[in-house]
Amino acid sequence: MLLITCPYCGPRPEIEFAYGGQAHIARPERPVELDAQDWAEFLYMRTNPKGVHAERWRHTHGCARFFNALRDTTTDQFIATYRTGAPRPDATETAR
Amino acid sequence: MQKFSAFELFRQGLSGQTGWKPQWRSPEPKQAYDAVIIGGGGHGLGAAYYLAKQHGLRNIAVLEKGWIGGGNTGRNTTIIRSNYLFDESAGLYDHSVKLWEGLSQELNYNVMFSQRGVLMLAHTVHDVQVFKRHVHANRANGVDNEWLTAEEAKAYCPPLNISNNMRYPVLGGALQRRGGTARHDAVAWGYARGADALGVDIIENCEVTAIRRSASGAVQAVETTRGVIRTPKIGVSAAGHTSMVLGMAGVRLPLESYPLQALVSEPIKPVFPCVVMSNTIHAYISQSDKGELVIGAGTDIYTSYTQRGGLHISQHTLEAICELFPAFRRMKMLRNWGGIVDVTPDRSPIVAKTPVAGLYVNCGWGTGGFKATPGAAHTLAWTIARDEPHPINAPFTIERFRDGHLIDEAAAAAVAH
Amino acid sequence: MSQTFRAPRGGRIDRDAKLRFTFDGRSYEGQAGDTLASALLANGVHLMGRSFKYHRPRGVLSSGSDEPNALVSIQRDAARFVPNLRATQVELYDGLVAQSQNRFPNLRLDLGAVNNLLAPFIPAGFYYKTFMWPRKAWDRLYEPLIRAAAGLGRAPTEPDPDTYLNQYAHCDVLVVGAGPAGLAAALAASQNGGRVMLVDEQSELGGSLLSSVSARIDGKTAPDWLAATLRTLAANPAVTLLPRATAFGYFAHNMIAITERLSDHLANPRPGAPRERLWQVRAKQVVIATGAIERPLVFPDNDRPGIMLADAARSYLNRYGVKPGKRVVIATGHDGAYRAALELAAAGVEIAAIADMRQAPTGPLVEAARAAGLTVRTGCAITGTHGSLRVTAARLSPLSSDGKLGAPRMVSCDAVLMSGGFTPSVHLFSQSRGKLKWDDQLDAYLPDLSAEQERSAGACRGRFGLTQALSDGYAAGASATGAEEQRHFDVEALEADPRGVVGAVPHDRGPGARAFVDWQNDVTTKDLKLALSEGFQSIEHIKRYTTTGMATDQGKTSNINALAVVADQSGRTIPQVGLTTFRMPYTPVTFGVLAGHARGDLFDPIRRTPIHDWAVAQGAVFEDVSLWKRARYFPQGAEDMDAAVARECVAVRNSCGVFDASTLGKIEVVGADAAEFMNRMYINAWTKLGVGRCRYGVLCREDGFVMDDGVVGRIADDRFHVTTTTGGAPRVLAMMEDYLQTEWPDLKVWLTSTTEQWAVIALQGPRARDILSGLVQGVDLSPEALPHMALAQGRICGVPTRLFRVSFSGELGFEINVPADHGRAVWEAIWAAGQPYGLTPYGTETMHVLRAEKGFIIVGQETDGTATPDDVGLGWAIGKAKPDFVGKRSLARPAMSDPNRKQLVGLYTADPHLVLEEGAQIVASAGQTPPMKLIGHVTSSYHSAVLGRSIALAMVQGGRARMGQTLYSPQAGGDISVTVTSPVFFDAEGTRVNV
Repeated sequence: MLLITCPYCGPRPEIEFAYGGQAHIARPERPVELDAQDWAEFLYMRTNPKGVHAERWRHTHGCARFFNALRDTTTDQFIATYRTGAPRPDATETAR
Repeated sequence: MQKFSAFELFRQGLSGQTGWKPQWRSPEPKQAYDAVIIGGGGHGLGAAYYLAKQHGLRNIAVLEKGWIGGGNTGRNTTIIRSNYLFDESAGLYDHSVKLWEGLSQELNYNVMFSQRGVLMLAHTVHDVQVFKRHVHANRANGVDNEWLTAEEAKAYCPPLNISNNMRYPVLGGALQRRGGTARHDAVAWGYARGADALGVDIIENCEVTAIRRSASGAVQAVETTRGVIRTPKIGVSAAGHTSMVLGMAGVRLPLESYPLQALVSEPIKPVFPCVVMSNTIHAYISQSDKGELVIGAGTDIYTSYTQRGGLHISQHTLEAICELFPAFRRMKMLRNWGGIVDVTPDRSPIVAKTPVAGLYVNCGWGTGGFKATPGAAHTLAWTIARDEPHPINAPFTIERFRDGHLIDEAAAAAVAH
Repeated sequence: MSQTFRAPRGGRIDRDAKLRFTFDGRSYEGQAGDTLASALLANGVHLMGRSFKYHRPRGVLSSGSDEPNALVSIQRDAARFVPNLRATQVELYDGLVAQSQNRFPNLRLDLGAVNNLLAPFIPAGFYYKTFMWPRKAWDRLYEPLIRAAAGLGRAPTEPDPDTYLNQYAHCDVLVVGAGPAGLAAALAASQNGGRVMLVDEQSELGGSLLSSVSARIDGKTAPDWLAATLRTLAANPAVTLLPRATAFGYFAHNMIAITERLSDHLANPRPGAPRERLWQVRAKQVVIATGAIERPLVFPDNDRPGIMLADAARSYLNRYGVKPGKRVVIATGHDGAYRAALELAAAGVEIAAIADMRQAPTGPLVEAARAAGLTVRTGCAITGTHGSLRVTAARLSPLSSDGKLGAPRMVSCDAVLMSGGFTPSVHLFSQSRGKLKWDDQLDAYLPDLSAEQERSAGACRGRFGLTQALSDGYAAGASATGAEEQRHFDVEALEADPRGVVGAVPHDRGPGARAFVDWQNDVTTKDLKLALSEGFQSIEHIKRYTTTGMATDQGKTSNINALAVVADQSGRTIPQVGLTTFRMPYTPVTFGVLAGHARGDLFDPIRRTPIHDWAVAQGAVFEDVSLWKRARYFPQGAEDMDAAVARECVAVRNSCGVFDASTLGKIEVVGADAAEFMNRMYINAWTKLGVGRCRYGVLCREDGFVMDDGVVGRIADDRFHVTTTTGGAPRVLAMMEDYLQTEWPDLKVWLTSTTEQWAVIALQGPRARDILSGLVQGVDLSPEALPHMALAQGRICGVPTRLFRVSFSGELGFEINVPADHGRAVWEAIWAAGQPYGLTPYGTETMHVLRAEKGFIIVGQETDGTATPDDVGLGWAIGKAKPDFVGKRSLARPAMSDPNRKQLVGLYTADPHLVLEEGAQIVASAGQTPPMKLIGHVTSSYHSAVLGRSIALAMVQGGRARMGQTLYSPQAGGDISVTVTSPVFFDAEGTRVNV
């Protein structure tokens, strides 16, 4: 069970959280103007990196807030957690 | 190929079993092949076997970054069934079951396909509706599946608890008698031996680091840790690592890789005659030929390549196992392990051409790839050889996500009202 | 004859406390403090098991959790049966009943041993090469035979009556292993007041100190030092000492899982006492001090009963006061066995010979043995043994430095004690994903790079010997608390050279000789060679092909020897061969302790409505819908479900029924931008919905498929009362929060789940208004004031209510929301008021029939995650003018407007009494054979009492263009012909709701 540091509440066990998938995918302002390929990109395409992954978590059984995290998917070690809307922090490690 | 048989075992026994030859060679990679398969699991080895056997390509290499069968092939709970709801899925998985039924003989390698029956339990009125829909659809598709009452389910699987003291009592189940299990390692080894005998080079410890493309965009070669290999056709069967491999050719896929855990008990004398699955309370169990109870757990909630997950996931599964089979509470977990499963948005696989000429992909099998091994391999080989899909895998394209022709088995199991 | 092999003195057993026990029905005596293995050995019994494949007779090999051979079943009572326990870990209690396993008819004479005779023909992996002809024989003959022969003990047959505990804990330093290194680490870590946990798998803390008689630490004997140290630790309130606690798993972020055995060692556990406890400890720092495991020697016939590890024999003598035999041969490649020889000799055991493979061993232990007059043969290998159920002689051969063997000599004995040295227990370190490094000096993998906040100490990182273990442990414990502290322990002990031997002992025996590497799974050096010759190069392949290391001991004694044999045979070094993965659990863990309290009603939370108990009292039959218990129908007398539902339906249509709708999900959407938020989330348009009005809302996922539905009431300009399906509420709220927090944080909207705050009473039927009129205050129920799809706020029975005039039945209907605490009282008031009208309670099944008669869908029944709003006839609900909503873009994909999509229709069977099965398939023409061309399926199907016939809803390809067509539903007994019709079967004009 991972130990996840909620930026609002501090370190909490994984079972308090829900996973939200890849972070920093903004919903298009005007979806109807997107062509099919671009819409499919938004809906379905994911980087799925082996290495540092920017991802969303929600502290469902806590403050209920969404936040973002950088985690190395090869070790499950968190590099950073940060508030939704904040820019992705510089990760010293790069995606492999 | 040195034939396997009881007679040969006996004959070799007289000379101390010292006359056996390697089941496959360990060749150095050549500079060029007519086709290269990336990923030496059951799917990739099988694709090479069928390419050589049925499509006349003999100059083929299978590139495996570790040891063959070391990924999900050797890490799954070996459940085989084809009682899927949609015509497309039932077609693909039943194609597989039919190949499973003759696979030991086809490969001259006992893969121990055991048609012990797969019983899927219903615990709610909604489950009953869903499973009956499966039964009707399967039978109309020529796939065997039948509805059992709770008492009939108990008769088929005596350790099952059908009493009302359960939180979610068993209301019945759907039984596919042709379903069952197989010996996972043997599938990889059997295909490897068969492919090798047809001239396929199986190259272990060979990691692909780049895919080279020509000016026109078509694949040209792969760069590997064992050198550059030229090839006009690449088939990718890399399971959890597919995103990375396809990324080398600039192809993006709708995939996410999750940890999936499984575990076995200590071996015991025969006690469990079939495969039981409960999607509602998350339990998947059978007993191996060796006597271990083989139990599948769920995926962790986050993507990961660590091949391990949290203990609470195994706990959750064992809660369900102990609820369904309360006599097993005093059994012991012997081994627990994790695989990496690649999951698509509609939880159905992709077996298709890619936007890059000469590049073909077989991925997205999620938790269900083992059962499809022969069928996926067979249709991938067809697709590579003819540069067009077999009718059976034709619906499983990448483009379905753009166009909306999804094959959403999981959604069709649907939500409670 | 009783305990004839019990030494006259010594050991930590209680010599005054005799315990009786049986093994395979025969009675024996042991002492308190014994394990089953030590007690059997005290009675001269070495034969404790049969091997997995060849059913070879086996004695106990070790004295701990690494034991591969002595597996037994323990039966406390009919339900308390456990197979596959290691006799070396079973603590003896009075009345213990143990049975051997995997033998028929008995342990001494086992028919399964015929496999042993067939051994030349059934090598590793033989089953892959045969049993393929004839094909059918696999299922009927071969596989059942293989299965019957496989397995060890039998499974329990009764439900387990015991309970298990689960505990989470945090600490500053977790020390795993309470041997000298672990004790020293705990001492150091606890000095600064940090919270320390010290756990050990054995019944007593102390590790190797429990078997140490000659060493002195800081002027005390080892047992005295141990006792003093434990007193110091126990006196510190920040220290938790846990014996019988196995740290079995090392998980991400320093989470260690530990299973603690609480009552299996007791003769009479308190009734209801928990059996085991699962600890999940999040430690800031972990000190791994798990010691080392002795390596057996791999030589021909090395598996006879009476052959055991030398240090295990020491443990039996010193800890349990048991002699392994009367005349023993010591076979070794390591100094440690000399210590065993010296101590056994001192206890009066005859040492027939010490056969040391090394040419010129030196060191204090070797010298001491020579000084004690023991026969030491250097350059001498053991190359075989004699005996059937017990070893009777050892074959010793001179071994020259160039590996040549001289003429053997038989030495009679009743026990052979062997040692190849010690292998560090790096299991937990490896589980933590730390990187191991091969050490050429020690012939061992040692911890190298850490992945977690941990450090290894003592023998588990190659710091062998008491002096090193203590100082290394202390330094590790100190550094775990951030201190760089050393402490000198004054140790008097004869220290062994840490180097030993790995791999196979050379021998000159014929090809038939078998040297076992993995005892339990019967893997010999020949099996490993076979795998290599068949092309299996990776150690992972060799493991899987031969099954070496895959038995219940997980290769604790065998893995390193297997690696060495493979390396030797394939001309590689051990690090070139690699290493198989260490996986949790370290030793097998009871399912029950992992499942914990989750059984029966505690398996999952049960959600009950405020009206639940009333329904129970009325005899309702319930169904599980997500976590909720919902009343399905209310049978009267001997009614079955169909009869009850027919009666309930008629009552609603003719008079009135009352239904508990409290399980509906409810979300309060509040804020200045509430309407805009609703516009973006739902397919419907909300801007123009007036305050006091309701609208049926449909929610799609972003991929355009229907996800949920429900009536939404506008309470105020800035406030919506949103209802969802029973199962969908958490999903809907999570999705709303997702969009609100991450896509539209600028919107001024707050979301609150109010599902549990409101009880919801649905009153449906032509007399609903009559029943309600006397109960409400401040609400005008007239059709003009409160028309269909309007809502009012007021009071009912004196409590506040949100009163919705809505109908899921097609009748005049009200859904009365009241605060949950008042739900039961209001329900009963309505019930009383309804008596003159024959008010009838109804359940979910009647609700389903009533709505199906009206063609209303149920999300999850008509829809299945692949249906668009238009597919299920809800295209009208889409706010066409809205620029965007969740799912809108996806609905424009080509596949979504295919005219051949499945669409909701009604079906009439030709036979009005025939009720189609839900899930039945639809085809266009009769008489098809598989594979048929399926064009649809039945989603809902009932007998309609009001219509006097069956009705069905179905999703059929291009269904709306098929009105009036005859289609077919293929069944096992033939096709059923059906006619496509409108999905609205009753009151198509909708007049009944508008009264």
